[in-house]
Parts: sequence; C-alpha cells; structure tokens
Amino acid sequence: MSTLENGTRRSPAIHAPGEREITFGQAIREAIAEEMARDESIFLIGEDVAAAGSVFKVLVGLLDDFGPDRVIDSPISEAGIAGIGVGAAITGMRPIVDIMFGDFTTLVMDQLINQAAKTHYMSGGKLKVPMVLRTTLGASRRSAAQHSQSLHALFSHIPGLKVAMPATPYDAKGLMKSAIRDDNPVVVFEDKMLYQEKGPVPEAEYTLPLGQADVKRTGEDITIVATSSMVYVALEAADKLDSIGISAELIDPRTTNPLDTETLVQSAQKTSRALVLDEGYRQYGVTGEIASVIADGAFYYLDAPVKRIGAMNVPVPFSPAMEDLTIPSSDYVVETAKALCG
Amino acid sequence: MSEKKENMPNEPGLDAEHWLQAYEQMVKIRTFEETANELYTSARMPGITHLYIGEEAIAVGICEALRQDDYITSTHRGHGHCLAKGAALDKMFAELLGKEAGYCRGKGGSMHIADQETGNLGANGIVGGSAGIATGAGMSIKLRGTDQVAVCFFGDGALGQGLLYESMNMAQLWKLPVIYVCENNQYGEYTHNSKAAAGSMVGRASGFGVHAQAIDGQDIRTVHATARLLIDRARKGGGPAFLVCNTYRFHGHHVGDIDRPYRTREEEAEWAKRDPLKLLEDWLAKSQHVEADVFQRIQQDVKTAVDEAVDFALDASFPNESEVDRHVYA
Repeated sequence: MSTLENGTRRSPAIHAPGEREITFGQAIREAIAEEMARDESIFLIGEDVAAAGSVFKVLVGLLDDFGPDRVIDSPISEAGIAGIGVGAAITGMRPIVDIMFGDFTTLVMDQLINQAAKTHYMSGGKLKVPMVLRTTLGASRRSAAQHSQSLHALFSHIPGLKVAMPATPYDAKGLMKSAIRDDNPVVVFEDKMLYQEKGPVPEAEYTLPLGQADVKRTGEDITIVATSSMVYVALEAADKLDSIGISAELIDPRTTNPLDTETLVQSAQKTSRALVLDEGYRQYGVTGEIASVIADGAFYYLDAPVKRIGAMNVPVPFSPAMEDLTIPSSDYVVETAKALCG
Repeated sequence: MSEKKENMPNEPGLDAEHWLQAYEQMVKIRTFEETANELYTSARMPGITHLYIGEEAIAVGICEALRQDDYITSTHRGHGHCLAKGAALDKMFAELLGKEAGYCRGKGGSMHIADQETGNLGANGIVGGSAGIATGAGMSIKLRGTDQVAVCFFGDGALGQGLLYESMNMAQLWKLPVIYVCENNQYGEYTHNSKAAAGSMVGRASGFGVHAQAIDGQDIRTVHATARLLIDRARKGGGPAFLVCNTYRFHGHHVGDIDRPYRTREEEAEWAKRDPLKLLEDWLAKSQHVEADVFQRIQQDVKTAVDEAVDFALDASFPNESEVDRHVYA
C-alpha cells in the first residue's frame, strides 16, 4: 500500500496547496448532508444508520441534522428497505438505501434487478426510480467470506442500474452527489478499508459525472486500469515500476456502468499495453468487460494481450495468512506489468 | 380474527346508481378479459396472459373506495386492478398486443401495465415483488405529508415470499397508509394454498399488530364497505391493514391452462354459483328493483366500447426499432 502518513494513506488526487484534507468517510457524509440540505425529498434508510451513525460511523451527525423522519433506522430487512426505496422513488422521493455490507446486497436482488432497474423501461419511460443504494466492498478486515466480498460485477451487468466505486475522498463526494441527483437507481460501492483515507476535497460545491474515468497518473509504457482501493495498489505498483524504468499510466473508471470506454481505449492506444485490476472475483468480473473493451478498441495498437488481475476465485478466508493471498498485491501487479513490457 | 364472512352494513348514501356504476366496471373487466382470451386463442396476442375473471368484485370494490391520487400496485393477474383504477381500454389492449400506443409503449405487456396518471405504480411479474414498492409509496406519503393511501394487491401465492412480511412489519412500525389486499383465489399457479400456506392467513399480519381480516371477495358490497373503512382509517393515520378476500380464479392460471388437472370441475361449478357479477345483479334486482334490461344495456355498451378499443389496438403500430434501447435510463 502507498505511503503511510499519520496512520492514514494519502489520496492520489491532485493536491492544490492550501486545500483542506478530509477522509473518505467524511466526504461521503458531506455529500449526503449537502444534498439532504438542498433537497427535502432525500431521505436515508438502513440498519443502524441513525442512532449509531452506521457501523463504520460514516453517518454520525446526520440524525441530529435532519431528524428521525429523514434518517431512519430500519429493521434488519434488506429486501424490505430496498423495496421501500423503489416505491418511494417512484412516488416523488429520492431515497438513499444503506446496505451495511456489500455481501448483503444478495438479499435485495429482486428489488434492485427486477424492480428498480426495469421500472423505467417497463413503464415505457413514465416511471422513474431516483434511488441510491450505498454499500461496501473489499476484503482484508479479517471478516471472512460473508463480510468481505466485492460484488459490484453483479450490478454492473444489469441494464438500468448505474454503479459507482470511488477510490478517493474527492471522487467519493463528487460521485455520491451525482448519484443522489441522478434519476436512475445508482449503486455506490465504498471500500470499507478506505473510510479513513485522507485526501484533498474542496470546500466549494462540485459534482463528478457518472461515466467519466479519471487519469490518476500519466505514463507512457503501460496502462493500468484500477478500481476502488485497487487504485492504491496500482499506484504503489506504478512507483515500483518507475524505479525500474517502466512508466505506467493509471486510469480509474470511477463508474463501471456507465463505463468511459473512450478514456480507457485512448490510454491503451497510447501505451500499447494494458492490465486491469479489480478486487472482485477474477472470473466473470468487471475486469473481463474492461479488458474486452480495450482489446476491441485498441487491438491494432497493442503489443501484448490485455491482462486481468482480480481476487482469487475462492470464498474470502478468515485467517490473515490466507486472506491476504486472495487480494491482488502491488508486487503481483509489478510482476504482471514487467512481463507485459518484457 | 376469524376468516368467516363478515357482513358489513351497507354504507349510507350508496344507492342503486352507485352500484350500477360498480357493476359496469365489473362488466368492463369481465368483457376485457374474455376478449383478451379470444385474442390469445385466435393467435393475435403475443405471449400469454392471466385472466382476472371471477375476482372482479375485489378490484372494483376496493378501487371505488380510492381517490385518483391514491396508489395501487398490481400483479401478473392485473388487468382488473388497472381498469378499476381508471385505465383506458384502448391503451390497455394496445399494450397487450405490444403496440406503441400501449400504456408502456409495448415494453411492458400484460404483466407490467403502469399508469401514473391513475396512481397505478405498475403490475408486477414477481408475485410478492410489489409489497416493497407499495410500502415505499406509503413511506413517501408519510414523508410528503399527504393523506393518500397505497393499496398492494397480491395473490395467495405471494404469502410464500418473505418480502411481504418485511414490508408489513415496517408498515406497522411506522404506521404507513398501506392496505395489503390478498386475493385468495385458492391457487398459486397450479398448487392449492392448503399445500403452500401453513396456519392462518390473517394471523400472518395480526402477528405484526396489523389490523387483519378475511372477507367474502365475491360480494362487492362487502368488499367495498370493508375497503372504505380500512382506507379511511389509513388515511387518518390509523396505519396499515391486511385484507384477505376469498375468491376464485374462474379460468386457469393463464390463458393456455385449459385442462386444469390440479382441480375438479365440481369445485369450479360450486364457485361459479358465486359469480360476483351475478351476485350484484341479483341484489340490485331484488333489493333495488333494477330491471333486467338495465343490465343488458350496460353489457351491450361495454361490449361496444371494448370492441372499439380492440379495433384501435389491432390497427395500432408496433414500436419502431429505434424504441428498443430507449428508456433503459431516465
């Protein structure tokens, strides 16, 4: 992982002098608070989101600011609160549904995939579902197989849903605000290991469009596409590659649906090599789609096959000795990149 | 609470004219469904459809107690709910035939008709799938501070799905104005509910503290009087209710289910004696002295309107190819 500074890692977003730094968690809370203050139709519902401020303490203070009618502690009923989100969204509200762990999104599949994603289309464009479902991804908290998965590929597969997976506090705030304002169901995946990550976030209001990749680092020899916390793994790898004379460009798609194919393809056309890094299971993961987009769009420019790196195709084990083996490491990224550039 | 039929007092002010309007609505649904069946058997309708024939008193009895700005969610057997809430015959048929003039531009079809202008939040192909949506509409009503009500229609088959229980629990916790209407037509697809639903149906809701009762779903006067009380209660902040309407699906699960080996012809004949249209006709004739030709005239007028609507739908255009990827995102 990248440089440790006062116990937190520094975000790779461009740092303007004098700009304040806040954590990823604070950025999420700021985005929600600003939007709730701006638009009374927004409410937040989930397990332990109000009195406890969520298990990761990301939402502390919102209950005081907006009251129990708009920050609602729900029973442990993931499908039920997702359904409430869909129905409230269709009838004029803009709900934020909080699903504590990404693993629990398996309980809301019908409401998201059969209901939220299809309502606008099935109604011939008459009904809208402006709803955000925020949840987590990411292993390495020693939480074992049901609290550690990165399941964003499941939702990225579905037409009608949008999927955001911010890596930095700056991206988290801008994407969350856009997700809340979007008239479609948007699933926002937050890596629970990033909540303490610090980075520059302007005081002034801003949003980031869904579907616009960010070049986190420019380079000439190889394109590394990385999502969410894998951006930090890629940055560390890029530093190591730099020391051996390989210049890596790092692209963060920021949203997997819609996917900014143009930026991905242009970068690969420039560098002639690409590898794709994501914490979802490698098999049928978003890396497959992204690699395919690059292979299609940059085929005549590529000097090597596009490589994919994902989590091992095993349930996430508990023991640290095993869990760490399942997550892509910067050393593995470096080895893969060297082989591609060899 | 018992599941025996509860005789509700007739509401004051509901005269013969009111009941004739309700009768016309029921005839409209019956005729619509018979025509849909003909469109299927004559291979003029794509796919299949699920007929509401036999259950008309429930949709009409309840929707006649709703305002236009109240919400409903519906089911795969949903034509009756849509029509009772005010949907137009021509756009309904056009949707069934996959035409661009349909309620959903041909993108939804029989199982997914939605019409926000009449408060219809959509019919659903997942049997318990709309329990959350109706409850979310109730949450929205509460947060917006209006006095609307949401009605969630579902069949007894949906009693097997957990979302209903999560939803009713929250509706009661937060006193949401949602009426959960279980149309107990005895069969979930091809399986009798005695093989699918253990214990008491009303007990499922009363366990949450939700007001729950079971009524005769064939008698529109009972359905309507009960609905008025429950809807009024919900509108005034009294919270959700669970209403089991005992009824029968006169046709098979869908239009192609013509042999029905899972049930007897004798059972069907017994239920046919309790045809909701006939029950209302008999009551209007005996108690309100309505003449037979009045019923005939209503039936004829409805038939004319249905025929015109079918002609409109048959003549309407299929969607252009450019429609296929429109409306994936708003």
